[in-house]
Amino acid sequence: MNINLTLFAQALMFAGFIWVVATKIWPPLLNAIEERQKKIADGLAAADKAKQELADADARVADEIKKARVDAAQITDRAHQQAVQIVDKAKQDAIAEAARQKAAAEAEIANLSSKAKEVLRAQVAGLAVKGAEKILGREIDANRHRDLLDQVASEI
Amino acid sequence: MSDQAEKLTPTEYIQHHLGHLAKDLTPQIDGDKFMAIHADTMVMSFVLGLLMCFGFWLATRKATSGVPGKWQAFVEIVLEFIDKQAKDAYHGTSKLVTPVAITLFCWIILMNAMDFIPVDFIATVAGFVGQAAFGVDPHSVHWRPVPTADVNATLAMSITVFFLMIFFALRAKGVGGFVHELFTAPFGKWMFPANLLLNAVELLSKPISLAMRLFGNMYGGEIVFLLIWVLGGAGVGGALASAVFGLGWGLFHILIIILQAFIFMMLSVVYLSLMEEHH
Repeated sequence: MNINLTLFAQALMFAGFIWVVATKIWPPLLNAIEERQKKIADGLAAADKAKQELADADARVADEIKKARVDAAQITDRAHQQAVQIVDKAKQDAIAEAARQKAAAEAEIANLSSKAKEVLRAQVAGLAVKGAEKILGREIDANRHRDLLDQVASEI
Repeated sequence: MSDQAEKLTPTEYIQHHLGHLAKDLTPQIDGDKFMAIHADTMVMSFVLGLLMCFGFWLATRKATSGVPGKWQAFVEIVLEFIDKQAKDAYHGTSKLVTPVAITLFCWIILMNAMDFIPVDFIATVAGFVGQAAFGVDPHSVHWRPVPTADVNATLAMSITVFFLMIFFALRAKGVGGFVHELFTAPFGKWMFPANLLLNAVELLSKPISLAMRLFGNMYGGEIVFLLIWVLGGAGVGGALASAVFGLGWGLFHILIIILQAFIFMMLSVVYLSLMEEHH
C-alpha cells in the first residue's frame, strides 16, 4: 500500500473514460434503445387499432348482410305480390278482351245476318214482283205498289 | 513458474509478484515514493479502458433502432441493466449518473478479470520484454496485472466519485445549503461541532470504504492465487493440487470480481443520490 502519483493519473484516466462513455457511447445507444421502444410501442398500438378496426368492419359486414337479407326478403315479397297482381290483371284483361271480342263478333254476326236478311228481302221482293209481272203480264209500277211490296217483303 | 520457484523462497516469490513496476519521477529518491508512478497499473488500466470503449464503440458505431446485431444487443442488455440499477437508486435529474455507473462497472470487471491470467505468464512476458527492450534483469521486472489490487487505482476511482458527490450536493443545495447542512444536521444548530465531526466522518468514510473494499478483495484474491501457485512449485503432486485449487478459487473469483464491481457501482450511485437529499 503506497499512495503516489498513480492516484492522480488514475483519477484523470477515470474521468476521461467517464467523459467518453457519457458523450460518445451512452447517448447514441440510449437513443437507439428509446427509438426502438417507441417503434415497438407504436407497432403494438397499430396492431391493437387494426384489431379494433377489423372487429368494427366485421360488425359492419354482419349488419350489412342482415340488412341485405331483410331487403332481399322484402324485394322477393314485393315481386311475388307484383307477379300475382300482373297475373290477375292479365287474366282480367284476357277475360275482358275475350268478352269484348265475343261481343264484337256477335254484333258483326247480327249485323251481317240483318244485312243478309235485307238483301234477301229485297231480292225476294224483286222476285215476287217479277213473278207477279209474269203472272200479270205487265209491269208493275214499283212506286204505285210500294206498300204492297213492302208488305210482301216483311212477310218473308 | 517452476524454474523461478527453484530459485525463490515462497516469500520472495510472493513479494516479487506483489511489487509494482514503479517509475520514480524524482530520481534522487528511490523506490516506491510519492512522486513515483506505477507503470503496470497505468498501462493495464488504460489498455482495459480502451478495450471497454472499443467494445462499446463497436456496438454504437452502427447502433440502429431496428433489429440490433448480436454485439449491439449484448452491450444494450448490459448497459440497460446498469442503467436500470442506477435509475432505481438515483431519482435526480443528472444525466451523468448512468455513464459513471457504466464506466465503473465495466472497467472494474475488466480490471478485476486480469486476475484470471496466471501471474507467471505475465511475469515471464514482462521479464522477457524488460530484458529485450530495456536490458534489465528479467527477475527485477515487476508487473502487477490487476490494477484494482493497487490501492491507487481504487482510491482514484472513489475520490473521483467523492468529488462528484460534492459537485452533486452543491448543485442540488447550493454552497450555502451544503455548508448549512454540514453544521446543523442531524442534531440542530446548537450541536454544530458534533454535527460537523459526524458529517466529516460520514462523508470521508464513503470514498475510503469504497476503495478499501475493492482493493482488499482483489489484493486478498491475488494473494490466495499466489499461495496456490507457490503450492504448484512443490513437485508433480503440488502442481496437480494447485491446478485443482486454482480452478476452484478461479471459479469462486468469477463471482467476486462481478460482485465487487457491482457493489462499487451501486454504492457510488447510492452515495451520489444521498448527496442530493435534503435533511
